[in-house]
Order: sequence, then C-alpha cells, then structure tokens
Amino acid sequence: MSRFRLSTAAIDPQALRVELQDPSCGGYAAFEGWVRDHNEGQRVTRLEYEAFETLAQREGERIAAEAEARFGVPKILCVHRVGALDIGELAVWVGASAPHRDEAFRACRYVIDEIKHRVPVWKKEHYVNGDSGWVNCERCAAPGEQSAHDHRQHQHR
Amino acid sequence: MTAPLNGLLLTGGRSRRMQRDKATLEYAGRPQLERAIGLLAPLVASCHLSVRADQRADPQRASHPLIVDLISDLGPLGGIHAALHAQPDTAWLVLACDLPFLDTATLQQLIAARAPQRLATAFRSRFDGKPEPLCAIWEPGSRAAVDAWIAAGNKCPRDFMAVHDVELLTLRQRQALDNINTAQEYQDANLALAGAAANDDAPGASRLVHIRYFAALRDQAGRSEETRSTTARTPQELYEEVRRAHGLGLRAEQLRVAVNDDFAEWDRALRPGDAVVFLPPVAGG
Repeated sequence: MSRFRLSTAAIDPQALRVELQDPSCGGYAAFEGWVRDHNEGQRVTRLEYEAFETLAQREGERIAAEAEARFGVPKILCVHRVGALDIGELAVWVGASAPHRDEAFRACRYVIDEIKHRVPVWKKEHYVNGDSGWVNCERCAAPGEQSAHDHRQHQHR
Repeated sequence: MTAPLNGLLLTGGRSRRMQRDKATLEYAGRPQLERAIGLLAPLVASCHLSVRADQRADPQRASHPLIVDLISDLGPLGGIHAALHAQPDTAWLVLACDLPFLDTATLQQLIAARAPQRLATAFRSRFDGKPEPLCAIWEPGSRAAVDAWIAAGNKCPRDFMAVHDVELLTLRQRQALDNINTAQEYQDANLALAGAAANDDAPGASRLVHIRYFAALRDQAGRSEETRSTTARTPQELYEEVRRAHGLGLRAEQLRVAVNDDFAEWDRALRPGDAVVFLPPVAGG
C-alpha cells in the first residue's frame, strides 16, 4: 500500500502507528496537523480539502521515497484528509520510525514540509461572516496585486 | 479460437434528451452514422447497424446491413442481444452513435487488447472508472450471460459488465468516449471538431486537449473540466488562452502545470489528447 494516502474518512493514528512498528526501529515520531479556528485574523468555522488525486499520490510517494533515501528511515507513512472538516479534526498525519530518534524526527519534519509545498491539495476556509476562500489563492488573485510573490512565504500552519 | 470480429453501430436509440436522431446528427459536415462506419469498417470483417423494427425502412439506414432488435424497449442491450443471436459465432465491436470524438487509435487500442477468453473487452470511463459497454468488444461467449441478465429483468449493459468477466482498459485518447446528450453538448462538440479538423501535427494547427480545473481555478472558470480545440503549442500558451476565455484571476507564474498526470514544463509541446491540469498554489497540511 502506498506510503501517501488520501482519505475521506477520519484518520486513525493508532492504526497507522501499528503499521510503523518494526523490530529494527527504536524511535518513532509523528506529526498531526489539526483544523484551527482562525487564520490571518479571520475566524474559521470549517474547511474543505480537495486533491488532484493521481498526482497527489504520485508526488506524496516521491516525498516518502526521498525521506527514506535521505535519512535512512525504514518506515514512513502519511495520510491527508480530503472533503469537509470541522474545527479540531485531524487534517494530516505523518509518522516515521527509525533505528534512532533523530532520523525519525527529521524524516517526519521533511515529509510534512514538502507535502505542504508540493502535493496538489487545496484548502478552502469558511469564515464566521459567511465568506469563504481558497488558501494561498485569494490574495494573489486580488485586483491590483501584481507583484509575483513566493507562496512559501505565507504558509499557515 | 478467436471469433471473427464484426462491427455493430447502435442506431436504435430514441434520443430523448437530444430530441433528434443522434445517428444522423452531423459533425464536421458528416452524419455521425457515416463517420462511425468510416472508423469501424477498415477494422472489422463487416459493419452492421442495430435498429428498431420501425427503423427498417429509414433511408439513411437501409443501405447498410441491419440487425433488428428481437426484444423491444431494451435500449442498447437489446441491440447487442440481437447481434449475438444473429451471428452466434461472431464477436461484435459495439459502438454507440453519440461518440463524435472517437478516433481510429482508440478502436485500434481496443482491438489490440482484446481478450477473447473473457466475455468482453472495454474501456474504463475516465470519469468514474466504470466499464464503457458501448465502445467495446462483446465475445460470442457473452450471449448466454446476456440472455440470463435480460431474463432476470435487467437492462443496463454497464451494470452487466461490472459484474461479469470483462477485460478493462485505460483510454489513451482520454476524451475519445465523451458522449453527446444535449443540444448544447452537440454544439460544443462541433465547435471543437471544426477547430481540430486541420492536421493535428502541423505547426499552427489546432489540437484537442482535455483540461481539468481544481479549487480556485474551478470556481473562476465555472467548470471542472473541458475538452478544448486549441492552437496553443505549449501549456503556457494554453493557459493564456483559457485565462482570457474564462476570465481567470490567477497568473501563470502563480501556477504549476501537469500534463498526463505528472508535473510538466510550461514550454513542453502540447500533443493531441493531452490531459492538462493547471495547479493553483497548493495548501495541504
């Protein structure tokens, strides 16, 4: 099964953790990304995630392979939610197990950072005032804002 | 032993949504019936039209060998059923008559991948992955199963394929089986085909590409996908074209582009049938 998965159902970290257990591993690290109730000064009520599935799987799997090669980590898993999510829900989960803790921490960090920049997943926020917007897209599309800017500068979590 | 392959064009539909006979609708100046026969005939032993009993005398149909439904009101499965009974030792390359984007390469792909030991060979829909029974090869071995399916009160050939032993293929020409059900779709298809009528590979000529829109771009474009005839030579030129056409707010330098399910360079050459996705700034995590 792929090391990068998209899920329409709630993520179960306990079940995923079991998949990472390995007799050769003495360290395990996991990252959980949760839906937050505010962003850039606005109250957020809920989120929708959408993915270009074929390419998301492909790029996610590449990232896992890179982490494995770079840190020598034998076991990596990542699950990203798609669909509608409420505040507090688990949106993304990354886990890594390795012989030693340092590689597990670093692999986990690498995977979540790369996913946020590279995997074709989009997030729509719904706000208290009834508005909604695609994160990283609305400001760039606003009339009058012509300067090209780097999207890595306004990542939010 | 592999059974000989005949062609069967399904022309017995009642075209309720279109309210016009789909077989005689013209694309690029030719009735679809003639266009489909033109594609089929070189690839099969002989070509037949599936008709309802009351269509036997229709002048546009009468010049072709006809296979008349044995059971009425069964829809396309009735035509397939009649053909399997008319020639029990023949396999049938069955075609709907509302597939204006169908091309020879797609039929060749189907024939090359034919699995005669199974009941049928078909493509997966590019929309939902389910079998496409109306551009498919139905083997003689499917006859008993089709009879049983009809006897059990079923009509849907798609459902039939979903639960029987069928070889399923992935379309190389992704838009080849996009079908036409409404007057608006008919008009759009004709525009697209008129644009693509020139030689696809010549510089400056137009080609058919399929575009999907996600997230902010889908909202701005007011659609999640389109098949488009374009003279754009690269994804860069294509984006400028659709940006103007749909009033898209994002600029190309804010996007990445994928062609045929992987990231691509903006200046690569676009080829006919390419599946292009313009990717808005991502925001996972």
